[in-house]
Amino acid sequence: MLKFLARRLGIMVLTMFCLSLVVFFFVNLEPNLKRLAIFQTQQRASEQDIENWLTRNGYRDNFFVRYGRWIGVVKQQPVVDPETGAVVPRFRFCDEPAVPAYNGILQGNFGCSTAFKTKVSNRLPQGLRATGLLMFWVMLTMVPTALVIGVLAGMREGSRLDRGLSILSITSTATPEYVSGIIFSVVFATWLKVLNGSAATATSEGITFYNFTLPVMTLAIYGVGYIARMTRASMAEVMSSQYIRTARLKGLSFRQVVMKHALRNALIAPFTVIMLQFPWLLSGVVVVEAIFRYQGFGFLLVSAASNNDIDLLLACGLVSVAVVLLTQLISDIGYAWLNPRIRMS
Amino acid sequence: MLQNVGFIGIFLGILGRFWPVWLALVVLLTLSFVFRRRLGLYGHLISSGVGLAGVIIVGFWLFTALFAGVVAPFGPLEQIVVMKHALPGSIEPATGIPFYLGGDKLARDVFSRMIYGSRIVLAIAPAATAISLMVGSLLGLPAGYFGGRIDALLSFVANLVLAFPVILLFYLLVTPGIMDTPVPYAMAGFFFIFPILFLCALFYTGYSKQKAKLITLLGLTLIIGGYIYMGLVFDRDPLNIIHIEPNELNIFVAVAFASSPGVFRIVRGLTLDIKTREYINAALTRGEHPWYIMLWEILPNARGPLIVDTCLRIGYTTILLGTLGFFGLGMSSESPDWGTAIKDGSQFLRLYAWPALVPAIALMSFVLGLNLLADSLREQSLRD
Repeated sequence: MLKFLARRLGIMVLTMFCLSLVVFFFVNLEPNLKRLAIFQTQQRASEQDIENWLTRNGYRDNFFVRYGRWIGVVKQQPVVDPETGAVVPRFRFCDEPAVPAYNGILQGNFGCSTAFKTKVSNRLPQGLRATGLLMFWVMLTMVPTALVIGVLAGMREGSRLDRGLSILSITSTATPEYVSGIIFSVVFATWLKVLNGSAATATSEGITFYNFTLPVMTLAIYGVGYIARMTRASMAEVMSSQYIRTARLKGLSFRQVVMKHALRNALIAPFTVIMLQFPWLLSGVVVVEAIFRYQGFGFLLVSAASNNDIDLLLACGLVSVAVVLLTQLISDIGYAWLNPRIRMS
Repeated sequence: MLQNVGFIGIFLGILGRFWPVWLALVVLLTLSFVFRRRLGLYGHLISSGVGLAGVIIVGFWLFTALFAGVVAPFGPLEQIVVMKHALPGSIEPATGIPFYLGGDKLARDVFSRMIYGSRIVLAIAPAATAISLMVGSLLGLPAGYFGGRIDALLSFVANLVLAFPVILLFYLLVTPGIMDTPVPYAMAGFFFIFPILFLCALFYTGYSKQKAKLITLLGLTLIIGGYIYMGLVFDRDPLNIIHIEPNELNIFVAVAFASSPGVFRIVRGLTLDIKTREYINAALTRGEHPWYIMLWEILPNARGPLIVDTCLRIGYTTILLGTLGFFGLGMSSESPDWGTAIKDGSQFLRLYAWPALVPAIALMSFVLGLNLLADSLREQSLRD
């Protein structure tokens, strides 16, 4: 078990390293740096001024040195104004140490957001908390719904109930968030007027049934179909296995067979699928937060990308990659733990 | 005040506009039913209700894209000022043709834009899927067949791409600034080389005994493939026939990149399974080349699950394209593709629902058709 865990963790750290390198490379592409410099030098700078600004603030140093600084394994040099000799921070709105120091992700410093004019660490936790809340409610509604639909459909393969539920789940997998979000807002907010088409109040006044149902519903609907399909396949497979036939032949009722013998074994496969839904939810969150104006992680990601906010985009990239890798790890461990046929070696 | 044709007028009018599509569908279905017994898998497919529904929906969008010029009454960019935010069914005063599904915020016909949007989606999604299919197969086959170091390396890279949330990948890969860097062209160069490699490997291993046939096929592949490659990647087509806008190239490459690792995983898994079969042992005993075994023995026998996956993947690619459009990435702002139209429409969604609702339902129905098709195909292949 320990060896298995250590190996998985090792691969995860390696993956994390490679991905952070890729994200760092793409975020720090030349056009992005130029735009940042133009913005920071008040837009009337000459080509030479831009170049000076970039050199002075360390953006022209070696790629790996800059990556090391961002991670926090290379010392960050304070920026010195060449005319006065005084130490000035890179951006007006964030203070930086005046002496060379390790100051990166590993030290808990995520840099400075130019879009929100504050430290990234002041904005990121509250965005993550808001999105975490959304995800929590999505999981709470999506998983039971999907499992019930899947078990009911897979219980008697080929029955009319199975056909109906299958068509329903296929339709839901064909409906991406930006489609269901539009349809739900039109139906529930504009026509029926029973739900709020915007979740903006959820950030300021707390969540209510009225402002939070539509985002949760929109986000859940795409995953429901997928998980239900997997559960159905798994359930159908279990129901056709030998030990279920034995249980039926020894005279147990259908209900008892399903509840006692089939369910536990049928739910192993969907578990991994549920965990692997997180990367999808992460993309969905960005879409849903844009449609319903909810200020969470997705909102930060979109603002960072559209405002060329380098440090914030790096932090968002790192967080999302970490979430994906962690859920993969949990799904691997959980699968091995739930399924007695798999030995961890 | 604009005159309105009313609900029944809209319904009948739209049915009428689609006449070439209905005609083509009737011809297709009649021919399919007549020759059902000789059509193999496809014949079985249209015998089941779900499969028939899938074929009809996908066929409908295919023919709509083909006959877009006839079906759509207006151009995709045509603006008629009085029709700004017009209600569905409002009659355009100059021509007397109604805006069947209303006008959008720039006074363009929502119905016509939806029709022209299908062209963009049906051009990019299947092509990007085809490229990712070739990339995935050409890398997945050796990974599954040889195993060991190659497998470890390729699987690691595939997992790297899969660990990226798609939306982050798109924000990094499809930005206006990236067109000034060589990144998208390098990626295009990498991805577009795979079809040429694939065909060359296929012909080289398959026809090594028939020299004349081999040389013609290889020559044709290299000349035609190289010509298209020059036009797409370097934009240096001497006759200016093959040309792709830089932003479209960017979108295309990003979408192919995002869906290749999925194909890789499936092909690798199938190869692991098939390589233990008897006929592979037989081929090994005959002393066949590993690439012959992969391309001519394993790949054809993996076709069932691959066809199902391709159907699902085209739908998935359509969803990805919509996501790109929805976030305004890559596509030009007046492009009629469904994702961009949904984004534009959602701005005034609470006041005017139709500009967003129409492309949303179009996208959903197309993906639904593909999913139904895939589901029915899977059922058919399980039955055999």
